[in-house]
Amino acid sequence: MNIWLDTLIVLVVLSNLKLLGSSRLVPCIRIVAVQGVVMGLLPFFAGQETITLRMVIVAAVSIGLKGFAFPWLLLRALRGADMRREVEPFVGYGMSLLVGVIALAAAMWMGKRLPLPGVHVSSLLVPAALFTMMVGLFLIVSRKKALTQVLGYLAIENGIYAIGMVLAQEQPLLIEMGILLDAFVAVFVMGITLFRISREFDNIDTEQMATLKD
Amino acid sequence: MILALILVPAIAGLLAFLIRQDGLRRALLVLTALAHAGMVGYAWIERPGSLFDGWLALDPIGLLFVSITSLLFLAAAFYGVSYLAHEEHGAKKDIEENLFFSNAPEQVFTGCLLLFLSTMTLVTVSQHFGLIWVAVEATTLASSPLIYFHRHHRSLEATWKYLLICSVGIALALLGTFFLAASARHVPIVVADLLKHANGLNVPLLKAAFLFFLVGYGTKMGLAPLHTWLPDAHSEAPSVVSALLSGALLNCAFVAILRMQQVCIAAGQGPFGQDLLILFGLFSMAVAAVFIVGQTDYKRMLAYSSVEHMGILALGVGIGGMASFGAMLHAVNHSVTKAMLFLVAGNILAAYKTKATGEVKGLIRVLPISGVLWMAGFLAITGSPPFGVFLSEFTILKSAVEQGHMAAAITFIALLVVIFIGMAGVVIAMAQGEPIGTPPARPRREAILAVLPPAVLGTIMLGLGLYVPPVLTEAIRNAALALGAL
Repeated sequence: MNIWLDTLIVLVVLSNLKLLGSSRLVPCIRIVAVQGVVMGLLPFFAGQETITLRMVIVAAVSIGLKGFAFPWLLLRALRGADMRREVEPFVGYGMSLLVGVIALAAAMWMGKRLPLPGVHVSSLLVPAALFTMMVGLFLIVSRKKALTQVLGYLAIENGIYAIGMVLAQEQPLLIEMGILLDAFVAVFVMGITLFRISREFDNIDTEQMATLKD
Repeated sequence: MILALILVPAIAGLLAFLIRQDGLRRALLVLTALAHAGMVGYAWIERPGSLFDGWLALDPIGLLFVSITSLLFLAAAFYGVSYLAHEEHGAKKDIEENLFFSNAPEQVFTGCLLLFLSTMTLVTVSQHFGLIWVAVEATTLASSPLIYFHRHHRSLEATWKYLLICSVGIALALLGTFFLAASARHVPIVVADLLKHANGLNVPLLKAAFLFFLVGYGTKMGLAPLHTWLPDAHSEAPSVVSALLSGALLNCAFVAILRMQQVCIAAGQGPFGQDLLILFGLFSMAVAAVFIVGQTDYKRMLAYSSVEHMGILALGVGIGGMASFGAMLHAVNHSVTKAMLFLVAGNILAAYKTKATGEVKGLIRVLPISGVLWMAGFLAITGSPPFGVFLSEFTILKSAVEQGHMAAAITFIALLVVIFIGMAGVVIAMAQGEPIGTPPARPRREAILAVLPPAVLGTIMLGLGLYVPPVLTEAIRNAALALGAL
């Protein structure tokens, strides 16, 4: 057991619970940023003896994007919209936390049963990653604000990144950079769209976007 | 050569953002489309070699789908010039609600259109699963500004749904990619390498990877129940973009699933994926049938028809054998026909200023050329002989019966009949009758560039029903062979 790694993983789990229980948007953006930074640091504690140049580059780019570029883009998009809180989500905060705890238990159970190679590093890593993905998906369906949905997408991305770290350690650098570039452009485009939504509808509630249906 | 296919439209796209003169930018669009089509045509004569340890290569499947993409883009580029020339600048009145909106700058539109071509080409030539993922996500990002060309709240809603649903869906495909990498252990996840070392793959992880691929790329491909973004995006985007989304983009996501199925077959896990594909395929057709019957918006009707045909593609590959050949042929037929229908829908929308089917009457009198093309397109897309779609659907059906998939074959036929009746009700009512309005709309002269591209696509569609050239048969056979057919 690696005490540093486990501490980081517990941080990730706590950040997810905080995301579920918080109504204020700006702290939520910060929490996702912290989560991104922690995820970026994980590889250094995941049991490799030698630290390669490749690891450093991937970590630096990923921390730079998730910890600094993404929150900056999202905060900028939020500035146009005069919205600081998620008011009346589809699922209340107490209920969300309860769902979170159940999801955590489910993630633990699934993580134990999945026949994944490389989980010897820490028995908590895969469950934490699954939990992060579940929280992301839950945020997307249970919240009204477009911004929270973007945060949910980022949480899913974080969770997948953590699983990828366990499963696919030997992926070429180019692919890794491509994935990060895509994530960056995605947040960039979503940020612009958020800005447009706040101008068009005077707020960023997705509830109003219900014109198109059959 | 392969690099040029990707880089020429990419560079042209970046240039388009900078060029201020409309004429020059439109010329660049058409020239790039011509250059791309020319290079793809040359690739049929002399197949380019693979690049970067086999990361980029034009295999039979890639060649087939890049050719479809290139052909449609060429038609769309010519049509786009006429479309852009007729779009007014500045604020204008919305046709559905009482509000004003303006268009996105034309630079952004043309630039994104060219980048869209570049990313779609990258999907078809990528052999590395990580690169495929990067390219598919890039197509989403390049095309979302295109859907938001008309800046009003409906297109914004469509763009948001497209962006979020597809991004989340494709994120799941990334998870699938990681599972695949874990299953392959030290083998690079390049199609050719995986096929060579297929016996060493970890089977449970491979199955998990296939599931995530199907759900992830299936979202992008528009397989029900993951299709919810599709009707909105197709109905709100400019028709020229809808044509590309439907005819080229959905195919690209399908290519990603095909490559995974290739690996599964090589690893002896073909039946696992096939059953799932049949299930998703028939379910997509059923959902499309429900929404096509009684549809009041003709662009949404075409969008649901795309869901139906993506279902047919999945069904064909799921049945396997000769049906895989049918599915590859069907991909060509569907793309050509659907792109033509969307371009014609654009002409109807421009003339009638409404997307409601009930308010379009006497189409054949008002727009003689578009009206005839609309009727022909309807007959073709619903699988009437002598058009190409009939041939490919018949091939799939025949193979399904021969291989004993009786339940699937009967459901397939029943759904095709329902969809035929549903679409017939809408389309015939639009084409026939007295033009409404006071005074009644009179026949119009149609711009040559607005009718020529769909007319050419229509000719190809008819031609493919009467005679499939041996070169094309050979190419489709090779693509189907890669999927373990025959």
